[in-house]
Amino acid sequence: MTTHDPAGDQESVYAGLLGDTDASHWAFGTGFDDPLAGVDTAVPDGVDRADLAAYCLMLGDDALVLAQRLAEWCSRAPELEEDVTLANIALDLLGQARPLLARAAQADPGAVPALPPGSPAPPEDALAFFRDEPGFRNVRLVETANGDFARSTVRLLLFAVWRLALLERLRDSRDPVLAAVAAKGVKEVAYHRDHAARWTVVLARGTEESARRVRAALEAVWPYHDELFQSHPVERRVAAAGVGPAPEDLRAPCAAVLGEVWAAAGLAPPEVPGLARVGGRAGRDGVHTEELGRLLAEMQSVARAHPLGSW
Amino acid sequence: MTTEGTAPRAAGDWPLYEVFVRGKRGLNHVHVGSLHAADDTMALRSARDVYTRRNEGVSIWVVRSDLITASSPEEKDPMFAPSGDKVYRHPTFYTIPADVPHM
Repeated sequence: MTTHDPAGDQESVYAGLLGDTDASHWAFGTGFDDPLAGVDTAVPDGVDRADLAAYCLMLGDDALVLAQRLAEWCSRAPELEEDVTLANIALDLLGQARPLLARAAQADPGAVPALPPGSPAPPEDALAFFRDEPGFRNVRLVETANGDFARSTVRLLLFAVWRLALLERLRDSRDPVLAAVAAKGVKEVAYHRDHAARWTVVLARGTEESARRVRAALEAVWPYHDELFQSHPVERRVAAAGVGPAPEDLRAPCAAVLGEVWAAAGLAPPEVPGLARVGGRAGRDGVHTEELGRLLAEMQSVARAHPLGSW
Repeated sequence: MTTEGTAPRAAGDWPLYEVFVRGKRGLNHVHVGSLHAADDTMALRSARDVYTRRNEGVSIWVVRSDLITASSPEEKDPMFAPSGDKVYRHPTFYTIPADVPHM
């Protein structure tokens, strides 16, 4: 009797890993969750639809624009492993941007750019790819050019520290969609924050060159930090409605976390004023640096060239 | 890149690590690949990013490749051929009498 094939078993180590018929248990993950499964998508009473849409655009655009910046690192990161890590972080943020833009479109359909008849693009794609620069509500921090690895790392650190503090509070939002997006995002951004903080410490405590670069990075990025905590009227109104935290309430918790990083890294943020607002307006008002225009040109060009395209 | 034992490496040359992942439905950790990292912690975190992107894992082991003692292909026959004809070491070799309970 023969119940197994010794020669066959020994020749391929993979033969034992993957069953002949069903490799799904190992080759690919299973049990993917829909974060919005079972969530009531009706806009809650007492919440202004236009304000909710504008607020979702702010948080969605922050994630979308930084995802695009991080995606620019693809094939250019200092190590192959880091290349994949940055792409993972970009995809986490893109995954947060999609339901936020979709929520904005649902709350205020008038905010969605009109596409040619027959375009299969869903509303969140129309918002991402067919809105012009002044329509973007992201903070200017996320649109700044990547610079070197140290600069991208410090930018991610400042963003993730703030975003995690925000999402932790947004889990209690009166808007069930925002609460669900936040509940999923907290786990993702906790990893982003940890990743950026570790690299900041490694670079600062590494070689003379890496320390010089991370100090230069902090000098360059720090002026964009304060804008995160400056309240736009929409943010004040949604905070009053119980939909999102007030930006200024995040200042102290973020400073506490960053203080730990600076202490571990032996760094100190520079004594420089924040980037000036333009006529009192900044990213949340659609006033951006010239770097956003170039980013959008690259991100949107293919979709705009083929508005009837199906992806 | 191979390093012999704990031989010093050139500056900037990160050591190789082997990665083992236990899947959601797997009982044991399975070797999935390797990566370079500056230290053990970075290896573990890079393993998470490189090898569990498709929702595969619930646990990761990493170990420096130069800490693994491996059998050599040249000694394949003396190591493994002797067990090739001992089919009686498989429980299925034996016929169980019909009146043996609890089997």
